[in-house]
Amino acid sequence: MISLNDILTLLPESFLTVAICALLLLDLFLKPAQRSVTHYLSIVALAVTGWLVLQHFGTPTAFGGMFVRDGIASILKVFVLLTSALVFVYARPYLRDRGLFVGEYYVLCLFAVLGMMLLISAGNLVMVYLGLELLALSSYALVALNRDSPLSSEAALKYFVLGALASGLLLYGMSMIYGATGSLDLVTIHKAAAEGTQRGLLLFGLVFVVVGLAFKFGAAPFHMWLPDVYQGAPTAVTAFIGSAPKLAAFGMAYRLLESGLDGVGGHWQLMLALLAVLSLAIGNIAAIMQSNLKRMLAYSTISHVGFLFLGLVNGQPEGYAAAMFYAISYALTAAVAFGLILLLSRAGFEAEEIDDYKGLGQRAPWYAFLMALTMFSLAGVPPLFGFFGKLLVLKAVAVPGTLWLAIAGAVFAIIGIYYYLRIVKVMYFDDPAEGAAAIVKPADAPMRAVISINALALLVLGVTWGPLYGWCARALGITP
Amino acid sequence: MTQQILFYAFAAVLVASALAVITLKNSVHAALSLVLTFFTAAGIWILMEAEFLGLALIVVYVGAVMVLFLFVVMMLDIKPESMREGFIRFLPVGVIVAVVMLVEMLSLIGLKSLQALPLPENPAIAAGGNTAWLGKALFTQFLLPFEIAALILTVALIAAVTLTLRKRSGVRTQKPSQQVLVQRDERLRVVKMASEGPKNGDAA
Repeated sequence: MISLNDILTLLPESFLTVAICALLLLDLFLKPAQRSVTHYLSIVALAVTGWLVLQHFGTPTAFGGMFVRDGIASILKVFVLLTSALVFVYARPYLRDRGLFVGEYYVLCLFAVLGMMLLISAGNLVMVYLGLELLALSSYALVALNRDSPLSSEAALKYFVLGALASGLLLYGMSMIYGATGSLDLVTIHKAAAEGTQRGLLLFGLVFVVVGLAFKFGAAPFHMWLPDVYQGAPTAVTAFIGSAPKLAAFGMAYRLLESGLDGVGGHWQLMLALLAVLSLAIGNIAAIMQSNLKRMLAYSTISHVGFLFLGLVNGQPEGYAAAMFYAISYALTAAVAFGLILLLSRAGFEAEEIDDYKGLGQRAPWYAFLMALTMFSLAGVPPLFGFFGKLLVLKAVAVPGTLWLAIAGAVFAIIGIYYYLRIVKVMYFDDPAEGAAAIVKPADAPMRAVISINALALLVLGVTWGPLYGWCARALGITP
Repeated sequence: MTQQILFYAFAAVLVASALAVITLKNSVHAALSLVLTFFTAAGIWILMEAEFLGLALIVVYVGAVMVLFLFVVMMLDIKPESMREGFIRFLPVGVIVAVVMLVEMLSLIGLKSLQALPLPENPAIAAGGNTAWLGKALFTQFLLPFEIAALILTVALIAAVTLTLRKRSGVRTQKPSQQVLVQRDERLRVVKMASEGPKNGDAA
C-alpha cells in the first residue's frame, strides 16, 4: 500500500507533473504575444522542482522499491533540471524567430525532464523502461516540431524507428533477465546475479540490455541515428536532447549495470570497453571530416560517450564518480556550445556551418571568446571543466588490466583536439566571409547574461573542480 | 495430456502463420495471418491459465489494432515489388548473420537449460482469478508504473496533436457561413449572344 512516505519521496516528480499539466492548460488561454509567460513559468517549475529534490524528506526507496532516492539520483536530477533551464533560456529567441515559440515545446521538454528524473530514480526494470519511453517519446515529437522542414521530419522518423528498435532490444533483454532471475526488481536481480543461477540466460539478456543502452547513449557502432538527428532537429531541440539526456543515460546505465547486473560485471565490462574504444575512434575521426558544426558536435558527442563508458568499465565507485563528473561537465558544456549556435543564428539564417564562424573574433569578440572557451573545454584543455572530467576518467581506468583503455582514451582525446581547435582557428585567423553580418544580432539580455555566466562557469568549475567531484564521490560512498 | 496436444497444435499453427506473415506477397493476406498468429498466441496464454491476457490480446490486438492495420494496408497503394528490391542481393549477408545469431544463442542458453527452465508459480491461480489478481497488482505493487504509463499516453496525445494540427498554405476548406450567402450574380453570368439557327448547309 502506498503511504505518506511514498508520496513525500516522490514529491519533486509529483510537483513537476502537476506543474506540466497546469502549464498545458494555461497555455491554451494565452495569446501568442503572451507566450513568455509559459517560458518563465516553466523555468520557475524547474527551479522549484530542483529545490524539492535537494530537500531531505521521504525515504530512500518508495513504492516497494520501484523508486530510489539516493545521493546519485539527487545530483543527477539537479543537473538535469539546471541544464534544461539553461536550454530554455537559450532557445527562446531562436524559437521566436522561427514561429516555433509554442507552448508544446516547453510542455514536451518538461515531460522529457520528468522521464529523465524517473529513469534516474528507477529501482525496477519496468520503471527503467517507462522512464526511458517518456523521455524518448517526448524527444521524437520535439525533433519533428518544425513540420515545414523536410530535414527535421526525416530526422524525427529515423530517430523514432531506431529508437523503437532499441526499445525492443532492451525489452527483449529485460524479459530474458526476468526469465533468469524471476524478478523485475533491481535489488532482487542483483542478488540472483551474484548467486549465479541461470547464468546463460542472464548473459543472454545482458547482451540485449547493453545493446539497448548503447543505442540510447549513441555509442558506436549503434550511433547512426545521432548525427542525422542532431543536424536535422531545430537547434533549440538539439540543444535539449544533446545535453540533459546524457545525465539520464548515465543514471540508467548505473541502475541497470551496477544496481542490477553487478554480479555478471566481468561480462559487461568487456562489452563496454569495446563500445568505448569504438566510440572514441569513430566519433573523433568522423568529426574531423564534418563541415557542419551541429554534425561535428554530434560526432563529438559519440566520442564523449566513449569517455563516459571508460569510467564505467571498471565497475568501481571511483570510475562511477568520474563518469558522473564527466556527464555533468559534458552536459553543461554542450549546453553552452548549442546555446552559442542558437545565439548566432537569426531569422532565416542558421549559424551551423563552420564557415559561418569565419572571422567571428573580429565581428563579435566576446562571443568568439566564449565559443573558444567551450571548444577548449570539450577538447579537454586545462584548466577547463572538460579537462578534469577526462583526467578523472583516465585516472580511473589507468590501473593494471585496463591500462590499454587509458592509453586509447588519451590518444583519441589528442586526435579530438584537432577539430575543436579548428573552430578556434576559423574564428580568430580567418577573414569574415563576404556579406557576413558585421555584428551579431543583439540577442535578448537574459540570454546574453546567462550564456556568459554558463561559459565562464566552465572556467571556474575547472579551476575549483574539487567540491563537485567530492559531492559525486560522497554520493557513491567514497570517503576521501 | 490434452493440454500438451492443444499446446503443440496451437504452437504449430502459430509458427506457421508467423512465417506466413513475412513470406506472403499480398499484404492483406499477411495482415490476416498476423490476426491468426495473435489468436493462437491467445490460445496458448489461456492454456497457461492467463485467461485475462489471452482475452485482452484478442480484444485489443485482433479487435482494434489489426482492424486499423488492415484498414491502412487497404488504403495505401503499396507495391510489393519495390519492397523486395535488393532482397536477393542482401540475402547471403542476412542468412550468415541469422545463422551466427542462432548458433550464438543456442550455445549461450543451450537447449537443455531451456527445457529445464523452472517456471515461477503463477500467483494469480492461488489468488483465485486472473483479472482480480491483475487488478490488485496494478493498483498496489505496480501503481507507480501504471501512473507513468498514463503520462506516456498523455505525451503521445500531445505529440500527435502538435504534429498534425497546423496551418497549411494552399489548403481549401469549406466556409459554410460564406457559402450560403452567395448571390446569383457571383456564380451565374448571363451572356447575350445572337441565336444560332440551323444554317443552310446543316439542314441538308
